[in-house]
Amino acid sequence: MSDLLLTLLLTLDATLRVSSPLILAAMAGLFSERAGVVDIGLEGKMLAAAFAAASVAAVFGSPWLGLAAAIVASCCLALLHGFATITHRGDQIVSGVAINILAAGLTIILGLAWFHQGGLTPALNNESRFLSITLPYVEQLAFIPVLGPIYKELISGHNILVYVAFAVVPLVWWVVFRTRFGLRLRAVGENPKAVDTAGLSVIKLRYQALIVGGILCGIAGAYIGTAYNAQFTRDMTAGQGFIALAALIFGKWRPLTVMLACLLFGFLDALAVRLQGVQIEGFGVIPVQLIEAAPYILTVVLLAGFIGRAIPPKAVGTAYVKER
Amino acid sequence: MKLTKITMALAAGAVVLTASIAQADISPAVVYDKAGKFDKSFNEAVFNGVKRFTADTGISVREVEPTNDAQVEQGLKKLAKRGSSPIVAVGFSQANAVSAAAQAYPDSKFTLIDMVVPEANVQNVVFRAQEGSFLVGALAAMKSETGTVGYVGAMDIPLLAVFGCGYEQGAKHINANINVLHSFIGSTGAAFANPSKGGEVARSQFESGADVVFAAAGSSGVGVIQTAADMGKLAIGVDSNQNYLQPGTVLTSMVKRVGEAAYQSYAAEQNGTWKPGFVSMGLAEGGVDWALDEHNRGLVTADMEAKVNALKAAIIAGELSVHDYMSDNTCNY
Repeated sequence: MSDLLLTLLLTLDATLRVSSPLILAAMAGLFSERAGVVDIGLEGKMLAAAFAAASVAAVFGSPWLGLAAAIVASCCLALLHGFATITHRGDQIVSGVAINILAAGLTIILGLAWFHQGGLTPALNNESRFLSITLPYVEQLAFIPVLGPIYKELISGHNILVYVAFAVVPLVWWVVFRTRFGLRLRAVGENPKAVDTAGLSVIKLRYQALIVGGILCGIAGAYIGTAYNAQFTRDMTAGQGFIALAALIFGKWRPLTVMLACLLFGFLDALAVRLQGVQIEGFGVIPVQLIEAAPYILTVVLLAGFIGRAIPPKAVGTAYVKER
Repeated sequence: MKLTKITMALAAGAVVLTASIAQADISPAVVYDKAGKFDKSFNEAVFNGVKRFTADTGISVREVEPTNDAQVEQGLKKLAKRGSSPIVAVGFSQANAVSAAAQAYPDSKFTLIDMVVPEANVQNVVFRAQEGSFLVGALAAMKSETGTVGYVGAMDIPLLAVFGCGYEQGAKHINANINVLHSFIGSTGAAFANPSKGGEVARSQFESGADVVFAAAGSSGVGVIQTAADMGKLAIGVDSNQNYLQPGTVLTSMVKRVGEAAYQSYAAEQNGTWKPGFVSMGLAEGGVDWALDEHNRGLVTADMEAKVNALKAAIIAGELSVHDYMSDNTCNY
């Protein structure tokens, strides 16, 4: 029994690690899309941020400087997206794809030029990374059945950015649904004309949303580059930006459900890793490919049958034109 | 700066001149695979071979670093059109492209590493990776205290199953009761470049009781090695000597001298001995090996070293045969 509990806890523990960047990126997407700007460039922003974080941390030896650099890099790309789509009313998908391509190429070129390791950054030592934190009283509380191990294995022992990711979710909920800024943000994504008529700047609000998204993507990138791993490698975000985007739709653009969607994807990923080669009674070993496909199959099934229609913010994807 | 460049150029020119007296002037080339030439692993090993050839002969080698599949064939054909020969194609994923390019340019010579295509102008270099994997598996079993060791491959494909199968045989040779875990990172080429997932897979093996994990997964292996260091366990590198990545927690590396293959292919062309067909490189030819250097010296006792070298000698002498997964697509040995 306790073995099973431990296995479950370790799987959930992995779920938290895998989900954290997804949650941060999905929250970034939530801000942007709630304001009416499609953000397909999450992947590129995370990649650029991961590169910036790993480079700066390698050169200056501080993960915090790395994090700052990641946020700056990600915000620069967010502003570029804004400049193309808000100021110049360009197509949001095209601009987002361009950002992904730009980030993929630029990280390698800059890495080549700066570090001469073919687009990799130097490996970070422990002082220049975000390391796991052991929460207080872990050993003292370990004797409590069930709760003790949960505290020790599941809640304690993550790096600080994991805790940040989960703290961000209620914060995002509060900002989007309980503040004046949030109300305006949602309005600008549903009916920008009304916001404009009320005397508020649609352009300014959308830029603000993109900057918030840029900051969150920056944290996600720093997590991937300097906490989860210890150096930048080519294309290391490996499609997580797109998974975050799927989670955003899956969770219907609401912070709590989006977080649950991210956790579900993370859990399936963690489970897939642990189910490999496991014998199932009367079934034999499940093929790796089937386990790997499981998250996608489940997504399709859930999307098709269970969660109902996902309705995006009404004005998403269209540039705001003040006068015709 | 300028002066050194000129001197270097002059020196290189002099070498070319002296070399061309005895040997044919060739214009070699290489097409890396998509992981890029500095992946700290497979491609980097080829790059080092290329660099060494240039240093030894003064002959520069044209390089192509494709970023997608379409560019591989374009790159091969462009090099053939410009008269480069032999053209070294790195990695199993280039097989179709090499086949197409070889048919389009029958007068050019191609050397394909890690895969076989039956064309009259292609030399196919394959490595008996099972032999090197056997040695590192044996070392892993000697070092393991938990009685469980792990293998992490990028994809569940025969080429990588060869590593896992050889590793398992080596481990079982030392300790018949040892438990060998096999896991894979993904089912697409992206599995070779996903260090986060690599680390996660390795972590699950460590949590299942393994204390030594062997990674054959391109740059995803960097994540495996990092996780081993974070958790205070041991990892085994692959292709290049990766002992230096985390000194003290990389037990050894299963070195696949792909650079040697590129070097020898160029050298053979220079001497006029380049032949199409099938070249197999194992322990005997120095194509695969295990790595022992100052970074893992402290982890390997003299006794272990002697035992591994004895196994190596036995394999070379033919007294010990290692089953090749590819020969029948099973790991029954």
